Amino acid sequence: MALKTTAEVCGMGHSMKRKEDPRFIRGQGHYVDDIKLPGMVHLDIVRSPYAHAKIKAIHTEKALAIPGVLAVITGETLAQFNLHWMPTLMSDTQMVLPVEKVMYQAQEVAAVIATDRYIAADGVEAVEVEYEPLPVVVDPRKALEPGAPVLRTDKKDKHDNHIFHWEAGDRAATERAFAEAEVKVKEDIYIPRIHVASIETCGCVADFDRAMGHLTVYMTTQAPHAIRTVFALVAGHVGLSEEKIRIVSPDIGGGFGGKVPVYPGYVIAVAASVVLGKPVKWIEDRMENLQADSFARDYHMTAELAAKRDGTMTALRIKTLADHGYADAAANPSKFPAGLFSICTGSYDLKHAFTEVDAAYTNKPPGGIAYRCSFRVTEAVHAIERITDVLAQELAMDPAALRMKNFIQPDQFPYKSVLGWEYDSGNYPAALALAMKTIGYDELRREQAEKRQRGELMGIGISSFTEIVGAGPSKDFDILGIKMFDSAEIRIHPTGKVIARFGTKSQGQGHETTYAQIVAEELGIPAAHVQVEEGDTDTAPYGLGTYASRSTPTSGAACAVAARKIREKAKKIAAYLLEASEEDLEWENGKFFVKGAPQKAKTIQEIAFAAYTNHPPGMEAGLEAVDYYDPPNLTFPFGSYICVVDIDRGTGAVKIRRFLAVDDCGNIINPMIVDGQIHGGLSMGMAPALLEEISYDENGNISGGSFMDYLVPTAMETPSWETAKTVTPSPHHPFGAKGVGESATVGAPPAIVNAVVDALAHLGVRHIDIPITPEKVWNILKEKGVAE
Amino acid sequence: MAKHRIRVKVQGTEREAEVESRLLLVHFLREVLGLTGTHIGCDTTHCGACTVLLDGQPVKSCTVLAVQADGREVLTVEGLERDGKLHPIQDGFWQEHGLQCGFCTPGMLITGYALLQRNANPSEAEIRQAISGNLCRCTGYVNIVKAVQHAAAAVNAGKQQRPTTAA
Repeated sequence: MALKTTAEVCGMGHSMKRKEDPRFIRGQGHYVDDIKLPGMVHLDIVRSPYAHAKIKAIHTEKALAIPGVLAVITGETLAQFNLHWMPTLMSDTQMVLPVEKVMYQAQEVAAVIATDRYIAADGVEAVEVEYEPLPVVVDPRKALEPGAPVLRTDKKDKHDNHIFHWEAGDRAATERAFAEAEVKVKEDIYIPRIHVASIETCGCVADFDRAMGHLTVYMTTQAPHAIRTVFALVAGHVGLSEEKIRIVSPDIGGGFGGKVPVYPGYVIAVAASVVLGKPVKWIEDRMENLQADSFARDYHMTAELAAKRDGTMTALRIKTLADHGYADAAANPSKFPAGLFSICTGSYDLKHAFTEVDAAYTNKPPGGIAYRCSFRVTEAVHAIERITDVLAQELAMDPAALRMKNFIQPDQFPYKSVLGWEYDSGNYPAALALAMKTIGYDELRREQAEKRQRGELMGIGISSFTEIVGAGPSKDFDILGIKMFDSAEIRIHPTGKVIARFGTKSQGQGHETTYAQIVAEELGIPAAHVQVEEGDTDTAPYGLGTYASRSTPTSGAACAVAARKIREKAKKIAAYLLEASEEDLEWENGKFFVKGAPQKAKTIQEIAFAAYTNHPPGMEAGLEAVDYYDPPNLTFPFGSYICVVDIDRGTGAVKIRRFLAVDDCGNIINPMIVDGQIHGGLSMGMAPALLEEISYDENGNISGGSFMDYLVPTAMETPSWETAKTVTPSPHHPFGAKGVGESATVGAPPAIVNAVVDALAHLGVRHIDIPITPEKVWNILKEKGVAE
Repeated sequence: MAKHRIRVKVQGTEREAEVESRLLLVHFLREVLGLTGTHIGCDTTHCGACTVLLDGQPVKSCTVLAVQADGREVLTVEGLERDGKLHPIQDGFWQEHGLQCGFCTPGMLITGYALLQRNANPSEAEIRQAISGNLCRCTGYVNIVKAVQHAAAAVNAGKQQRPTTAA
C-alpha cells in the first residue's frame, strides 16, 4: 500500500516507533502489582492438594492467631451473600470458594487477608483443611462412560458428565461423499492442554469505598467493560450497581486470552474489600497461574478426509471430544460452544463437510479459553493442515502440489464455505507460491533427497491456513447477550491535538501507536499528537475488549469511521471559513481546499480551532465523534508457512533450521508492529508444537504446573523467524485491514509437525501428536531401528 | 521474625532499611524502595523478569534475599538512564521493537546491559545465550537480538545513534 502521509504525520504504512515504549524502557510501566493504595492489605489463597475431595472442615484459628492476619474467607463466608458460585461466560457455573467439595488440584479453598503478602502466605500455611478424597475422573473418554462418577453433583438434574453436543454441516451428505470416495484417510489428533503463561500473572487491587458505595477494581483484564457489567449482574443483589463500579486495566504484561475470564481470586478480593472496607491486593504466583487459571485446547480430534485419486478433496469429517475440566469456562461468543471450529475446511474448496464436538467434565481446572487464537481456530487449522499432509502421503503427492490443487481460487471470493462462513478475500496460491520461491522449496526437496540417501533426517513442512477473526457481527456474535461491536471516541482539542479512547485494551499489541496512526491517516493530524487511552470504564466508550484478533477489525474500524464523521463536520466548518459550498471542497493531506484553487485551504488544525472559536451559526461547538462499529463480517487473514527441520538421530531433538511465514492480513497499519506480532505468534506456535504441555496423572496430579516443567521457549530454542507478506485487503473493513496478532500461533504448529513427519515419512510415520519432544521422536527412531 | 539493618547502594545512592531475614531482594526494591520497574514473573528463577545487577553481575532478585545485598551495589532498570539520556540498550529496544507488553523488558535490558559490559561485540549466538535466562512471550526474541546488536553498535560508535531525551 502506498504511503499517503508524511513521516511527520505517520499515518498507515509507517513503521512508527511505539508511543508506549518510553515508559516501558525506563521501568515506568504501570502494572497491577505496581499499585499501592493507602491502607492496602494482601490476599493469598489456600489451594487443594486433591483433584476431587469432600471438604470436611476448615480450621482457621491458627491462621487468625498470626499477628497481621485480618480475616480468613471461606465458601461459607461467601455463601452468606450467595457469592460462593459464579456464572461462566458459557452459562455454566463455577465455584468462587467451595462449600462442599473441591473439583481439581489447586482449586481455591479459602483466602487469607493480611497486612503484608508474607504474612498472608504464613496464614495460608496455617489454615488446616480436612479432606475426604473422592474418585477422580481425568480421562474425558472415561468421563462419558456409563457408570462414571458424576462430577457436577451440585446440578440436581445432571446424571452424567456430558456438557454439550455441537455440530455443523450436513452429516448425511458428508457420509455419502465418504462412501463414494476413491481415497480416504483418517487420523486421531490430540492437542493437549496448554497455558498462555503470560509473563505477568493475573491479579487485582479491589478498592471498595464504603462511604460512597463505590468499587474500583484495578485488574489484569482484556475486557474491562464486559467485566464491569458481569460484576454488576453477579453482585447486584449485594448492592453493587454498575454506575458505582469502575474497572481499570492498567498496563498488562501479556494476555493471550488468559486474562479474559473472571477468576475466583478477583471475586474474593472484591468481597474482601467490601467486607473489610480496605483496598485488597491479590497477585497470583506462577504456579497458581499455571495450575488454576483457564487452560487452552485439550481437544481429542479424529479427522477424516476423502478425495479422488488425482488429489481433489471431496469431503471432510472431524469428530472431537473436548475436555473442559469441571466447568465449561470457555471464553467463546455465547452461540458458539466450540468457538469458530467450523472454519476447519480451511483454505480448501471442499464441497462436503461435517464436524461435531462433544464436551465432558473432568477433575481439572475449568476453561477452554484461547491461547492467542480466535476461539478454537488453532484446533481447526491443526486438524485440516495435518490431515491434508496425511492425504498427500497416502497419494504420494507433494504436499504443496496437493494444496495448490485444492485451494479456493482468488476469483471465488467472497467465498461461501460449506460450513457456512463467507470468506471476505484471499489469494492462497499467491501466498504459497511466494513462500516456496522465497525459501527455495525445490532446492530444499533436492537436499532432502540427498540427505535421505545418507541416512540424515531432514523434513519440510507446509501449512496454508485461513483464520477467522474480528468477532463479530451482532447478528451472530454476543457474549451473554452483549453484542460484539467495539468502539472509538475521538475528540479534537482546539489546537488540533487529539484524545482518542477505545473499548479495547492493549496487552502489548501497541494500540497507543496503531490507533494514533489510524487517526493520523484519516485526519492528517500527526500520530505523535494523538493520545490513545483504553482500559478505564469511567472514561472509555463501551466495548468488548481485546482478544481473538478483534481490535483492528472492530475498534480500529470504529476509529476510522469516527474520524470520518469528524471530517464531515470539519468540511462544514471549512466551507463556512472559506465561504465556499461543501460540494466545492476536496480533502487531501489534512486540509480542505477549494477545487481548482488549492491556495484556498483550511488545515484540520485551523478547522479544529474554529470549531471552538468561530464555528458556523447554528452548529454545535466542538469537534468530536463516537462510533460503535458493528462489523458486517469477520475478517479472514491467511498465510503459507514453510518449516525446515533437522532431526538428531542420537537424541531425537528437532531443530528448526528455517521457518518462513508469508502472511496476508490485508492493509497494514504499522509494518514493524505487524512483524513483531508475527514473530511472537510464531514462538507461541512453536511452543506447544515442541515443548509445552499440561498433563495429569490418574489421581489428577498436575505435571507442567510451574516453569520447572512447563517449558516456555527461550531464545536458544527459538529460531530466527523469517517473514514475508502478500496484501489482499478486506473488502468490508473501512481501511481494508484484517486481524493479525494470532495468525502465526494458528499457522505455525502444523507446519512444524508436518516438517517432522515429513522427515520420518519414509520410515512409515504418518502422525505425531504435539508436543513433539525429543523423547517421543527418539522412541520412534528406536522403534524404526534408526536411532543412533 | 528477626530484623536486620541493611545498607545497599542502589543506582549509586546509599539506601538503608530494616528488613526481615526472609525478605526477597525483589520485594525490597519494589516495596521498600518503590522501584517497581523490576518485575516478578515466576517463583522458580526461570523467567528473569526480576533481573538486576548485584555488584555488576546479573542476578534474579526473586532468589536473592535482601540481606544478601547488604553492603553491595544494585543497579535496576531505573538506573540505566543517565542525565536524562537513555542508555543505548534502552534506545536499541525502542528502535528495533524489542518489546511489546513491556513486562520482561526491564530484566532483558539489564541482562543486555551486562552482556555489553563484558562483550562489546557479541554474536547472535552469544546474545541468545546471554538472554536465555530471560523469558519473553511476546517478541519471539528476533527483535530483542536486533536491539542488543543495535545497542552494541551504538556503544562501539562511542555515541548513541539517535539522541532520545524526548518522550
